[in-house]
Amino acid sequence: MDALTAVVDWFAVPMQFDFVRRALLVAVVAGVVCAVLSCWMTLVGWSLMGDAVSHAVLPGVVLSYMFGLPFALGALVFGTGSVALIGVVNRTSRVKEDAVIGVVFTAMFALGLVLVSAVPSQTDLSHILFGNVLGVSDTDIRQILVLAAVVLGVVWVKHRDLTLYAFDRVHAHAIGINPRLLETLLLGLLAVTVVVALQAVGIILVVAMVIIPGATAYLLTDRFERMLAISVGVAVVAAVTGVFASYHLNVSTGGSVVLAQATAFALAYLFSPLHGVLGRRRRRPTPAATAADQSTARQ
Amino acid sequence: MTAAAHPAAPAVEVVDATVHYGDVLALDGVSLSVQPGRICGLLGTNGSGKSTLFKTILGLVRADRGRVRLLGLDGATARRKGLVGYVPQAEQVDWDFPVSVRDVVMMGRYGQMGLRRRPRPADREAVEHALERTDLTGLAERRIGALSGGQRKRAFVARALAQGADVLLLDEPFAGVDKGSEATVTALLRRLRDEGRTLLLSTHDLAQVPELCDEAVLLQRRVIARGAPDEVLRPETVMEAFGVHVQGEGERWTH
Repeated sequence: MDALTAVVDWFAVPMQFDFVRRALLVAVVAGVVCAVLSCWMTLVGWSLMGDAVSHAVLPGVVLSYMFGLPFALGALVFGTGSVALIGVVNRTSRVKEDAVIGVVFTAMFALGLVLVSAVPSQTDLSHILFGNVLGVSDTDIRQILVLAAVVLGVVWVKHRDLTLYAFDRVHAHAIGINPRLLETLLLGLLAVTVVVALQAVGIILVVAMVIIPGATAYLLTDRFERMLAISVGVAVVAAVTGVFASYHLNVSTGGSVVLAQATAFALAYLFSPLHGVLGRRRRRPTPAATAADQSTARQ
Repeated sequence: MTAAAHPAAPAVEVVDATVHYGDVLALDGVSLSVQPGRICGLLGTNGSGKSTLFKTILGLVRADRGRVRLLGLDGATARRKGLVGYVPQAEQVDWDFPVSVRDVVMMGRYGQMGLRRRPRPADREAVEHALERTDLTGLAERRIGALSGGQRKRAFVARALAQGADVLLLDEPFAGVDKGSEATVTALLRRLRDEGRTLLLSTHDLAQVPELCDEAVLLQRRVIARGAPDEVLRPETVMEAFGVHVQGEGERWTH
């Protein structure tokens, strides 16, 4: 068997199985949605918020299973509820935001653990925590596709406003655009995105999906449009690599996908021509820019 | 310039603004009035309430007492009409942010665009015109952080121009600008004034004030002095505001 056949088989053999095809679909869709949002998460600096929202959905997921509701519903209620709670406590106490986030998300996560232990037979904790992408049902897939479409649609309409919010809130306010509303929108998108990725990689690793692709792209380009494209590319390649590698090596799928993303980040961190530790060739601001400014000043 | 609702009204009018942060009194009955077509320098030390007054004028901080009117309109209306341009302090901007100079200037137009903020030909024209006026056309594709201090300042002024702002608030416009570029920025601001725009700039760099400003206000939680720059910058007055002994140094500040 030559090398080419080996490579083709590496992909083709697992694809004969329905569960692999489903897993691949979920991993890619979740990866794309997370990657798109991760660009703004990176720029706004919301990695802790991503961590918080993902952990806080646990009680919602458990309650949904208990009452036979779609898991996305409970996750959404608790995800957005926690964000609102963080906002309220932050505004009405002297405790700093990162501490408030730490309190709220761990408390929610603890509530989830207690609920799971109260009804052990109905839910498999490890599936919620670490994902169960090989066992997604048709209903799960439908929910994921609908929510993914909602997030991508809203981002398509409002991406310029989100970038405005990330770049200069005061200017947004000064031209009559409410930055508080944009913040709420971005938090809402984060909550929905977390739910989309939950099945793929589980609660613990969701934050990786909403940070790593954007952070990787941020090291590779200075253009926001390119950052979006690179981020999505990284996520798709990582999803495909992760799913197939986990099949062949018989290891955790969610873990493999996130490891693949982390590998991409490590490569960008080291070798990015623009901002990599080993690849960096130019400094900022460029000497040319300073010279040009001074020559204009002299005129 | 484009007409305000009340042509005779001051461009910036603050009446008796008092602001507390918790128990701390940040502004104490501050009144301020700047006529259209004037450059007013807002002077004071760190902690003198300059930025609080800016935030109050921008409507980011609610005054416990007092009111703000811009071009005869209440603040919210003036902002919605895009009449207020804001040029941020250098340290408040994320200079690593992946936006080009043209992207930043385009953000000036967002308030007047549709739901998706998709640029129409008129928006592109306004942006190109603003870039031309600030001498940044050749640098439009550069990332904002790749510019020098003076160019960065001009880019944010261009954003206010593209927006069509009649009143510009400039927060420490000379911080982070090297001596060589100061003259370019100063000349640009004067041209905007001559066209009838109103500029309110906060600064602790007193050297620029007599040259650039038509009037000045010295702030130390309350208004300590206001009037022509050389009057406001008299050593005794400055001493009171800055709480330091400035004999001899006052000379430097007034020339």
